[in-house]
Amino acid sequence: MSSPNLDVRDVARLARIELTDEEATTFQSQLGRVLEYVEQLKTLDVTGVEPTAHANPVFNVLREDVSHPGLTREAALANAPHSANNLVVVTKVIE
Amino acid sequence: MSKLTDLSISELQAGFRRGDFTPADALRALEARIAAVDPSIEAYLSRDFETALAAAEKVDINLPLGGVPIGIKDAINVLGESCTCASKMLAGFKSPYDATVIAKLRAAGAIPYGRLNMDEFAMGSSTENSAYQKTRNPWDTTRIPGGSSGGSAASVAAREAFATLGSDTGGSIRQPAALCGVVGLKPSYGRVSRYGLVAFASSLDQIGPIARTTRDCASLLNVITGKDSQDSTSLDLPAEDFTAKLGGDLKGVKLGVPKEYFVDGMNPSVRSQVESAIQRCKELGAEIIEVSLPHTSYAVGVYYIIATAEASANLARFDGVRYGHRAKNPRDLLDHYMRSREEGFGSEVKRRIILGTYVLSSGYYDAYYLRAQKVRTMIRQDFTNAFEKVDALICPTSPDAAFKIGERVDDPLRMYLADIFTIATNLAGICGISVPCGFVEESGSQLPVGLQFLGKALDETRLLGIADAYETAAGFSSQRPPGV
Repeated sequence: MSSPNLDVRDVARLARIELTDEEATTFQSQLGRVLEYVEQLKTLDVTGVEPTAHANPVFNVLREDVSHPGLTREAALANAPHSANNLVVVTKVIE
Repeated sequence: MSKLTDLSISELQAGFRRGDFTPADALRALEARIAAVDPSIEAYLSRDFETALAAAEKVDINLPLGGVPIGIKDAINVLGESCTCASKMLAGFKSPYDATVIAKLRAAGAIPYGRLNMDEFAMGSSTENSAYQKTRNPWDTTRIPGGSSGGSAASVAAREAFATLGSDTGGSIRQPAALCGVVGLKPSYGRVSRYGLVAFASSLDQIGPIARTTRDCASLLNVITGKDSQDSTSLDLPAEDFTAKLGGDLKGVKLGVPKEYFVDGMNPSVRSQVESAIQRCKELGAEIIEVSLPHTSYAVGVYYIIATAEASANLARFDGVRYGHRAKNPRDLLDHYMRSREEGFGSEVKRRIILGTYVLSSGYYDAYYLRAQKVRTMIRQDFTNAFEKVDALICPTSPDAAFKIGERVDDPLRMYLADIFTIATNLAGICGISVPCGFVEESGSQLPVGLQFLGKALDETRLLGIADAYETAAGFSSQRPPGV
């Protein structure tokens, strides 16, 4: 756990968040302190301990493969920032 | 009519059934009360009075919650209403469906009424992270109501809601309930469907009630629980009446006091109120046993790794494509994503997404996320061991009373430590409830203190019985904020 390796700008780019210079500086120091705090977990011996991913161990919940009514096209598009011809309009992906 | 809004749910329903007043009368009185006090509390983000009134006029009062208006945290979808999670990202969003808990409330005759303020995407402990407004504590309007379900707790305390739904990922129901002097219940993981709750940390989130009494929380829990095919983590359990053990006493009940929950640095006045409450439980017949939860001090660290990791994945859906904020005139797709998320999210949400992305990133996953999941196992085991000796645990809900607005906004770590007594509950998936247990005086204000009872997973009926016995005997829940 070497928290000094946190490069906020780099990670923000992975998370697809543009940051202002001010945010980058502030977050760098604030998250540095949070990471220093979680360093304490390093002091515990976790050898042989199984990880807990969920509060209840529920695995492979299956249902019958039958269709159910879903949102209408109109309802699904109602919150889209930009739609036309019953489709969501997206930013150009291919040049 | 202001008297009507002082009633608990059970009193309100008794009034409906006697014919003293109608659900429409109650809703009108509630709206008048909101109009009078909410300008100083700012708990509500929006409300739709006409729709609610139409429902109130035709509701069957003999249904389990027939005619009772319930305020809803702005993270839970109600068909046709806004659901912003107090974020600019979801400004203008209208829910295309009802969350399962809302469908269940409606089926029980309750009337969802009003959208309540919160920390943006439920990330925070003071409701100061709302992009829209600062909700104030009804006991002292210069102070925070707690969070993230701050609007849900403040509205109940200010008698501008009979009861509300909140959500609790690391204390977001119990901590604001404690700081506002009301009762808040976090059900066991899997007890209540999360379908339609905007996801923050899926392995920790639970929806639960906030009300003025334990009895009202139990009535609400009766209605909102159950297996839901839309949430594969909801549990298929036999039907249970959560009011079954209300009205009892504490004779023969074994209550464990976790020694790690009385730490240096907690407010000494809060500590002394909680110690008096424990003494009170002893007088009421409980056997008090000291227990140890040895990994308590690691809970906040584990939580801020697991919760942020899950949040970074859950909040990836906010990409400005199908819904939510989209930046204007993007240069290309990457710019579209980066600026939409920069403009739509507030600081705390960005911080947590970045932290979560970091702890999941290649090369750090084992050191942070996997290790945190292992320590989570150790924390769960602590509770399992403790519940072999006792029926429930008794401890403070929060190390402090309500703090001043603005006091901690620049210090995220200090803000995170406000959740130190509530977080482990979510990591372990057990149930917990906060009830009022007294007041501390700070700069001339009487500020409520919360007492927390923790029960083993799916032991809500017993937990509610214990909380009710204390709450009824102690009587603090009937006290109301003097200024509003």
